[in-house]
Amino acid sequence: MDTTTFRIIKSRCLHYAIVFFSALTAVPLVAILGKVAVEGFHNISFQFFTQPEPTSYQALIANSQGTSIPGGIANGLVGTLLMLLMSSAIAIPLGIFCGTYLAEKRGTVYTRIVSYITDVLQGTPSIILGVIVYAWVVVPMKGYSAIAGSVALIIMMLPLIIRSTEESLKMLPSSLKEASLALGGSYDRMVIRVLIPSAFGQIFTGVLLAISRIAGETAPITFTALGSAIIQWDVTQPMSNVPLLIWQFYNNPALQSMLWSASLVLLAFVLALNISSKLISRKWKIQ
Amino acid sequence: MNIHSALPSRDKIFRNLLFVSSVIILLVCASMILSLVTDSISAFGEFGFFRFIFSSEWSYQEGNEHYGALPFIVGTLLTTTLALLFCIPFSLPVALFVGEYYKGRRITSFLSTITDLLAGIPSVIFGLWGFYVLRPIVVNLGLSEQGSGILTASFVLAIMIVPYAASLSAEFIKMVPAELKEAAYSMGATRGEVVRHVIFPYCGSGIFSAFILAIGRALGETMTVTMLIGNTNQIPLSITDTGNTMASIICNQFGEANGLRLSSLYAIALILFALTAVINIIGKILIKRAQIK
Repeated sequence: MDTTTFRIIKSRCLHYAIVFFSALTAVPLVAILGKVAVEGFHNISFQFFTQPEPTSYQALIANSQGTSIPGGIANGLVGTLLMLLMSSAIAIPLGIFCGTYLAEKRGTVYTRIVSYITDVLQGTPSIILGVIVYAWVVVPMKGYSAIAGSVALIIMMLPLIIRSTEESLKMLPSSLKEASLALGGSYDRMVIRVLIPSAFGQIFTGVLLAISRIAGETAPITFTALGSAIIQWDVTQPMSNVPLLIWQFYNNPALQSMLWSASLVLLAFVLALNISSKLISRKWKIQ
Repeated sequence: MNIHSALPSRDKIFRNLLFVSSVIILLVCASMILSLVTDSISAFGEFGFFRFIFSSEWSYQEGNEHYGALPFIVGTLLTTTLALLFCIPFSLPVALFVGEYYKGRRITSFLSTITDLLAGIPSVIFGLWGFYVLRPIVVNLGLSEQGSGILTASFVLAIMIVPYAASLSAEFIKMVPAELKEAAYSMGATRGEVVRHVIFPYCGSGIFSAFILAIGRALGETMTVTMLIGNTNQIPLSITDTGNTMASIICNQFGEANGLRLSSLYAIALILFALTAVINIIGKILIKRAQIK
């Protein structure tokens, strides 16, 4: 065999290897989705969304009688909803403002520092945010609460929104800004009426992704919101969320059959947010 | 007149608002560091900074309290290194697939969607899957008796960081100028040779930085590792051994800890924070350098 044929074969092999290993990457996704769907599907019912989690005692009785476990994950759903609302209400405006600042004041030393700090915050493991917020909120308030959980989620969410806002504003042409200012628009009007609406699609995508990221957080919630077995609407009280329920079901052998159904609900919610953010970004792409 | 005098002040308020929001970010980070430091002072004071890091004892018997971070530092470095090794043979092909071989094709957007979704799966679900699906496989293969351990945890961690390493590497591979590749082709290079002698040398530093950032993610991953590593507090002697990472020891013991033990956990959190911050900043600096080229 001459060297040219050998080189071509080698190149082909690399090509096939790349396709093969890329295809392998899809295996875990399919395996995880499949496992969660198959195991979780049969427990999903209307009461799964309206009832709070059962006690271990109820579950043990149901298990011994061979009936399905009563109750659902409503306490977690309410907690997820409330904590997402509270953290979004603060993190989204603050993040968009800070992102706008970074995009507008490019190149100064101060901006660079803020930018690096944002990266540090983004890279901070969520468990560390949990222990810090424990010291900030849980200790002074003398108790676990949904507020504490939301503070942890806010800190997680901020860097994501800052980054996406900054990146999308930077993509806008400066002529847009100049046109608005030339028409006599004030600076705040230029930002609020022109810049942010023009980049709305991208910013919105970033917000959805940030929400989907924090919706699945368990570690910081365990030390801040603690969890609650009843449906809790009072945000100064301990509260559960869906990932936390999954963690509790995992640790409680009696509730094992709820485990996969709760995972299915969480996975569906998170992936739906993910996919819709993708669709939106495709639709509203900045030209 | 009225409007004109009113405009600049509103303008100013808005500019200040933007500025203040950036100050808040700085304050948040500064107070995070401050509270980690103040809460870990008593542990560092009791054991000394270096003795805390290099001691491998972790006992919370009353009267004989002794805490050292070495087993968890070793556990973290071991799982992260293994996860990185496992993730390279998957993320590099994906990056080349997306950034070079099938660039811009429909199949590529399909593959990116798959990796994006993989990145979106909550870590507690990765942990569940690892525990109920992967762990029995590890047991059946005879790799370890109980199935949990460094190896199992690193494998799932690798799956979790593939999307991050792959998507960023793909961005750099896409940036390789077509002229360079065409020049190589015109001299008779095969595609494989273009990849090895043009693409990798050109964007090697970018790909490297992508892996650095992936390391940053793996360092702090908590739930998955806690569910899979076996949670024992000694230095792991082999890769199938059980252990604990810095994140998983905090997750395991923070809820029941107080006094010196709590402070020791904060000290571990501080070390982990410093480690991830340094890794992330190095990664970002490398990325900026690679992009300027």
